[in-house]
Amino acid sequence: MSDDILLKMRGVKIDGKTGDDWLPIIKGIDLDLRRGEVLGLIGESGAGKSTMGLAAMGYVRGGCRISGGSIEFDGMDLTKAGEAKRRALRGKRIAYVAQSAAASFNPAHRLIDQYSEAPVKHSVMNKSAAEEDAVDLYRRLQLPNPDEIGFRYPHQVSGGQLQRAMTAMAMSCRPDLIIFDEPTTALDVTTQIEVLAAIRNAVAQFGTAAIYITHDLAVVAQMADRIMVLRYGELVEEAPTREMLSAPTQDYTKSLWAVRSFKATAKPKPAADAVPVVSLRNIDAAYGPVPVLHGVSFDIHKGRTVAVVGESGSGKSTAARVITGLLPPSSGEVLFNGQVLPPNFKRRSKDQLRQAQMIYQMADTALNPKQRIRDIIGRPVEFYLGLKGRARDERVRELLDLIEMEPDTFAHRYPGELSGGQKQRIGIARALAADPEFIICDEVTSALDQLVAEGILRLLDRLQGELDLAYMFITHDLATVRAIADEVVVMQHGKVVEQGPKVEMFTPPHHSYTDLLLSSVPEMDPDWLTNLLDERIREGKPLSTEDA
Amino acid sequence: MHPIASMALKRLGLGLLTLLVVSIIIFSAVEMLPGDLAQEILGQSATPETVAAFRKELGLDKPPVERYFDWLGGAVQGDFGKSLASKREISDLMSTRLGNTLFLASFAAILAVPISIVLGLLAALYRNTWFDRMINVLTLSSISFPEFFVAYILILMLAVGYPFGLIWVLGLIGIWFLMEGVGSFRDGRKIGKTFPVVPALFALIGAAFIANVFIGYWKPQLAGVTAFPSISNISPGTSFGERLERSFLPALTLTLVVTAHMMRMTRAAIINLLASPYIEMARLKGMSPLRVIVTHALPNALAPIINVVAINLAYLITGVVVVEVVFVYPGVGQLMVDSVTKRDVTVVQACCLIFAATYILLNLLADILAIATNPRLLHPK
Amino acid sequence: MTDTTNEPTTIIHRSANAHEAQATEDIVAMTDPTAASADGAAPRVEQESKWKTLSRAFRTAPLTAWFGMIVIAIYIVVALFAPLFAPFGEREIIGAQFEEPNATYMLGTDNLGRDMLSRLIYAARNTVGIALLTTFISFMLGGFLGMLAATFGGWVDQILSRIIDVLMSIPSLIFALLALTVANTWIGRMDNPSPWLYTAALIVIMAVLDSTRVFRLTRAVAMNIVVMDYVEAARLRGEGLWYIIRREILPNASAPLIAEFGLRFCFVFLTISALSFLGLGVQPPTADWGSMVRDNATLISFGVAVPLYPAGAIALLTVAVNFVVDWMLHRSSGLKD
Repeated sequence: MSDDILLKMRGVKIDGKTGDDWLPIIKGIDLDLRRGEVLGLIGESGAGKSTMGLAAMGYVRGGCRISGGSIEFDGMDLTKAGEAKRRALRGKRIAYVAQSAAASFNPAHRLIDQYSEAPVKHSVMNKSAAEEDAVDLYRRLQLPNPDEIGFRYPHQVSGGQLQRAMTAMAMSCRPDLIIFDEPTTALDVTTQIEVLAAIRNAVAQFGTAAIYITHDLAVVAQMADRIMVLRYGELVEEAPTREMLSAPTQDYTKSLWAVRSFKATAKPKPAADAVPVVSLRNIDAAYGPVPVLHGVSFDIHKGRTVAVVGESGSGKSTAARVITGLLPPSSGEVLFNGQVLPPNFKRRSKDQLRQAQMIYQMADTALNPKQRIRDIIGRPVEFYLGLKGRARDERVRELLDLIEMEPDTFAHRYPGELSGGQKQRIGIARALAADPEFIICDEVTSALDQLVAEGILRLLDRLQGELDLAYMFITHDLATVRAIADEVVVMQHGKVVEQGPKVEMFTPPHHSYTDLLLSSVPEMDPDWLTNLLDERIREGKPLSTEDA
Repeated sequence: MHPIASMALKRLGLGLLTLLVVSIIIFSAVEMLPGDLAQEILGQSATPETVAAFRKELGLDKPPVERYFDWLGGAVQGDFGKSLASKREISDLMSTRLGNTLFLASFAAILAVPISIVLGLLAALYRNTWFDRMINVLTLSSISFPEFFVAYILILMLAVGYPFGLIWVLGLIGIWFLMEGVGSFRDGRKIGKTFPVVPALFALIGAAFIANVFIGYWKPQLAGVTAFPSISNISPGTSFGERLERSFLPALTLTLVVTAHMMRMTRAAIINLLASPYIEMARLKGMSPLRVIVTHALPNALAPIINVVAINLAYLITGVVVVEVVFVYPGVGQLMVDSVTKRDVTVVQACCLIFAATYILLNLLADILAIATNPRLLHPK
Repeated sequence: MTDTTNEPTTIIHRSANAHEAQATEDIVAMTDPTAASADGAAPRVEQESKWKTLSRAFRTAPLTAWFGMIVIAIYIVVALFAPLFAPFGEREIIGAQFEEPNATYMLGTDNLGRDMLSRLIYAARNTVGIALLTTFISFMLGGFLGMLAATFGGWVDQILSRIIDVLMSIPSLIFALLALTVANTWIGRMDNPSPWLYTAALIVIMAVLDSTRVFRLTRAVAMNIVVMDYVEAARLRGEGLWYIIRREILPNASAPLIAEFGLRFCFVFLTISALSFLGLGVQPPTADWGSMVRDNATLISFGVAVPLYPAGAIALLTVAVNFVVDWMLHRSSGLKD
């Protein structure tokens, strides 16, 4: 690694237009990058990491402008150079890998044509040389069938493979710098592994400098030599990777692994003959002709949390729909406190409906934007408990206190005026308003940032203790499972692969899928990925469910 | 079977089914007319025997379902029965007229489609510039005008030679420029450096006004243009060149209305397309704006544009009716309106069926083309 | 109707009016929820009051929208207070045929010797009134059925949609001509039919035909809303159909529906005028712009622009409404530019 500085950004200021005003997105950040160095840019959503990444190419999205500072790439100030010079750099010396490969590939052209476009147009190589190069790169990135995969169209290739193809395309001109913008965020944890491995290999082989943007500290720890933490468009902390992980200086940096460090209160095991609050017995379910669940059975006891974990398509949300009665099962039963529930929610009594409540993942679609908070919470109070007028208002105030939100400030507001975390709390209050015994939490923290997510988990934990609630916590994030679960149910392809108390689940031996899942979750250890890859190759295990 | 072929066949089947149901509706509607058809035609003075004999001749004594199938069977072979008013075979009436209407529609389509696509593309590329805004206002106005309004204006301007006809158009454009200028001033927008709007507008109107006054004084015939006939006298013997000249005004009317719709929809489709992530990706690969449009946007724009064109061609069918009436153009539309006034129900039935069939056919074509240009379906997994 | 799905639209999902198809997409897009806020960032500013939003909207409205609003206001005033403005009666014959404009008859007389200006003013009341009533009925009918289809789903939705699709497969003008022929013949045979019966038939037929488009749009808008989690939450609570429609769906659908009302009014207005022009719409001697164009059409060949006045009146109102609706659509989608 030479001391030669490739990218020098000084005092960069970028504004974005909302309505009629220009508001600052990046408020003056300095960034240095040497040749061959990998820099991690980490921060929560809205921190400005994508904007910084694009700015390194001298590019701003529509509705944004660079309002100050300089961006020097290999000695040339991109803010002062004309658009033609910037265009000459893009794709050739600075390349970009987007978050969603499926959306960033042109559906009308083959992969290999899109690969060779940049080298040919930037006069780096001719078409046939570029195509040979493509196959070589596909091979290096461990794509299956490297000779012919390039001749497919984007929609004929799976997500993880497409992401690697996009990385290959970025390398086509052998750029000095590649910007990776959250390349694995949209992928399943097991698919993520080999994309990370591929990226790291490619970058190392070609000695390319890289800016790796993500919100996941554990992921960036595997990839980057140095990490910059951003918040609200400002730099919070910057340090070499190992230093930052072992001894972070800022509180905010420490809060970034808040969820991992959270531990729910321990609870005593239920009595052996206790009747579970909710019980699924041998559930088969289908959407029309497509079967989705096969023989699913598990129990949820009072005052305890069962985490149902799995990747996309595992059937965990479908199980929730069966419990609530939205999807009647084709066979099997759902029992509530020992009594069989009518499979269709329309046939259930009001009281049966009241006792099981649901909290949703996306707070924006979970609350009616045209209703005030006091009505959103007040309606279940009125509907189920029959309270009206003053009694109802009192109860609404109590509930708002319970979720730690000041009633006088919030009761008259609309959801649009609240932040994501606050909206999620309102969702919790709405569920509590019915005075239920059982709450299904459907990925309730998945769309939230670390700190906020930790707050929600803390709240849920406290409420569970106070109100003796049973939770079914659906999630794909194992860190959350470690934090709050009492029992764990692992699902894959609509079947329960393994279930049991949390402690048992996290110690081997496991079902092979559980093993794959657990080991695929990045740890806060910079060597984790290397060790994992070595181990998998040694033991002959598949790298991911995609290639398995 | 290739997914495209199977989907296309499915659509075809669905289209035919729809046509069948529509034919039942048309037949039933006419069935619901009160009174006895035979009596109506022969008049009050006819004897009951004559009426009965006539009924038998018309086939009115058979049950409705049988008559429907007779009618449908005949229609499929091109035999629609006889016109009640003129006693002629409807297929004779129809063949020339259908040809004329198709000629008119094609004329309008050939003019409209290229203009709309090009203008729509330009408006999308130069979004929110004065060019785009002017196009927006003009097309918004155009789609708001009833066809007969456009038709009569064109007649006044280009057929009868209404003086100052040109001034009206320029005046409207001038008013728009004025509004834009004031609006720009109010919002603090910069008026384009290369095109000083406000002075240009005054110069334009002034020049046209003066020119028209002088021309009107010296050569009154030239002050308005009497270039085209306002009544389209087309007969089977008309030469192609004459046909073009005599159908020009009705075709122009249709073109003006349809272009506005098509252009707006093309613009919207392209703007939608340009917001896609793969367009941004192409830019981030350093591709020139021209290449981004031609290589990346256009191949994906085929499907939505074809969709737009097909929808509007289908819309032409309703527009044709009014235009044919205004210009007395011998087409199916005018035939239908005449027959409706004369209560010539068999002809009305036939015209409705023809229109509905064309409409459904065009929509079917649009669907199939949309399927055929979808890259995901062209290259299945 | 977007191009992002694999499954292309079927034949039967088409609008007769090409512009409607695009406007439908714009309108449906109005129901998208705002961008997700995943961060625990500082809570947003308190929502400004409705008055403030409205007044700011008016201040930044483009001149075309102002033009539109002023014109609409003028038309409403003239329509409501027609007798105050018109110098003569609607059916009064006051002079010879086709007299030139002079001091008494500011726009001349028509083909029967009636004052053109007065007829124009009374026609405002008749034509606009009829179009408004028709749009209102079509909205009630189509909107109700659309909401029903979206909330019930299943076979209710399937059956309704298929019926509507078939009705939409016939171009509306053609279908209206057919239906009006039948209706008018029936009315003509009655003893002493009142002229209002013809108008009533026109209104009913147009309303039914137009309600198909309203159904299509309301269903699309409602379906976007029905899949939201908050509607599912209400359903799971056990809320009844009426509650869900009234409190959950309608408030979130009002913006797009208002825009659609404007567009539908334009379409109905233009179609009724076209029908009257062809002789099948509003029947004489009722003053109506479309029929007035028809009655005075012969003047065109003499280079007299008189038939353009009623046609221009139609065009002007439609342009005005379109400008205003365009501004509304631009505001709601422009926020995402």
